[in-house]
Amino acid sequence: MKISPASPGARIVALGEYQPANIVTNADLAARVDTSDEWIQSRVGIRERRVAGPEESVVDMAVIAGGKALAAGGLAPEDIDLVIVATCTQEDQIPNASASVAARLGIPSPGAFDVNAACAGFCYALGVANDAVRAGSARNVLVVGAEKLSQWIDWTDRTTCVIFADGAGAAVVSASEEPGIGPVVWGSSGERADKIYMRENKYLYQEGQAVFRWTTTELYPVALEALERAGVAPEELTAFVPHQANLRIVESIARKLGAPQALVARDIVTAGNTSSASVPLALSRMIGRGELPSGSTVLTMGYGAGLAYAAQVLRVP
Amino acid sequence: MAYSDKEILDGLGEIIDEIAGVPAGDVTPEKSFVDDLDIDSLSMVEIAVAAQDKFGVEIPDDQLKDLKTVQDVIVFIQK
Repeated sequence: MKISPASPGARIVALGEYQPANIVTNADLAARVDTSDEWIQSRVGIRERRVAGPEESVVDMAVIAGGKALAAGGLAPEDIDLVIVATCTQEDQIPNASASVAARLGIPSPGAFDVNAACAGFCYALGVANDAVRAGSARNVLVVGAEKLSQWIDWTDRTTCVIFADGAGAAVVSASEEPGIGPVVWGSSGERADKIYMRENKYLYQEGQAVFRWTTTELYPVALEALERAGVAPEELTAFVPHQANLRIVESIARKLGAPQALVARDIVTAGNTSSASVPLALSRMIGRGELPSGSTVLTMGYGAGLAYAAQVLRVP
Repeated sequence: MAYSDKEILDGLGEIIDEIAGVPAGDVTPEKSFVDDLDIDSLSMVEIAVAAQDKFGVEIPDDQLKDLKTVQDVIVFIQK
């Protein structure tokens, strides 16, 4: 049997992002539920978030972010041979998002599948894309994180409606001589599946204290292992871009990395928690603002329902 | 190893100062975390984790809601 020729490495060549136009401020939420700007900012660090319109789907947002990533990378749709969409908030379970996204972008008959690892989804998908390129199963992969959490939120539940939001981020992963994506460190803790779940099969719910304890005590070793596996010292990091779950979680993990020089993504302040979209959205926006020079080293990490988590080091395109 | 109430109180004072910025001297047994010390539910988790590191006693999340005052935590750790 013959096998595909392998590639020595894979790297992200371009990113793109999309946020719905509708901005929902803390004051808007305080008018609907018993909360306040001060309460929300002190508990989760969010000032405003974006909420998709009723006709705007997960696929719609993924298409826009994915199209921007393709354009930024100078790739034609025909160049893409695999599309992976990380999402857990599609309107329907069937069909998957990725094949529709590919068709809408004019990508001819690529491999297409979705990843559900909740808020860790993009980092899982990026790890799979990296492996697919390196193994020779694909040359150019479009990886998208897209979520419409607003359609799975109880808008009368003040513990969740202030946190979650909508958006999409995308990256193109291509074969390269030099590796630009480090080994993925991933894992799960299914015995705690009941900490983040769908209530009444329609509303996202989480046990805030349990999730906070998990994320602030058990995840920084995962981040450190991703650095170690990539052979990158904490002091070499330009930025830390973790899932934007809650600003206090983000800052707590960041403090434990021993990388005080690293810029820490605080995209949640204006984007809210967009689950699997948050890492590529934050990364794309930071690059857009000129905060991450080309070739600089970034640590990404996703974590969430499952419980599941994944982290890797990557080089900025 | 056993700790005296005073040792636990002093240790909690340091922890609460560090986590919530409340001066250790303000942390007295009768104080309520929420009403007197303005400590929220997430800071309570951080205090529980730090107290576990310091005193070797795990305070599970489902017990946290019953620990309303500093004295409640001292009693819990002593048990």
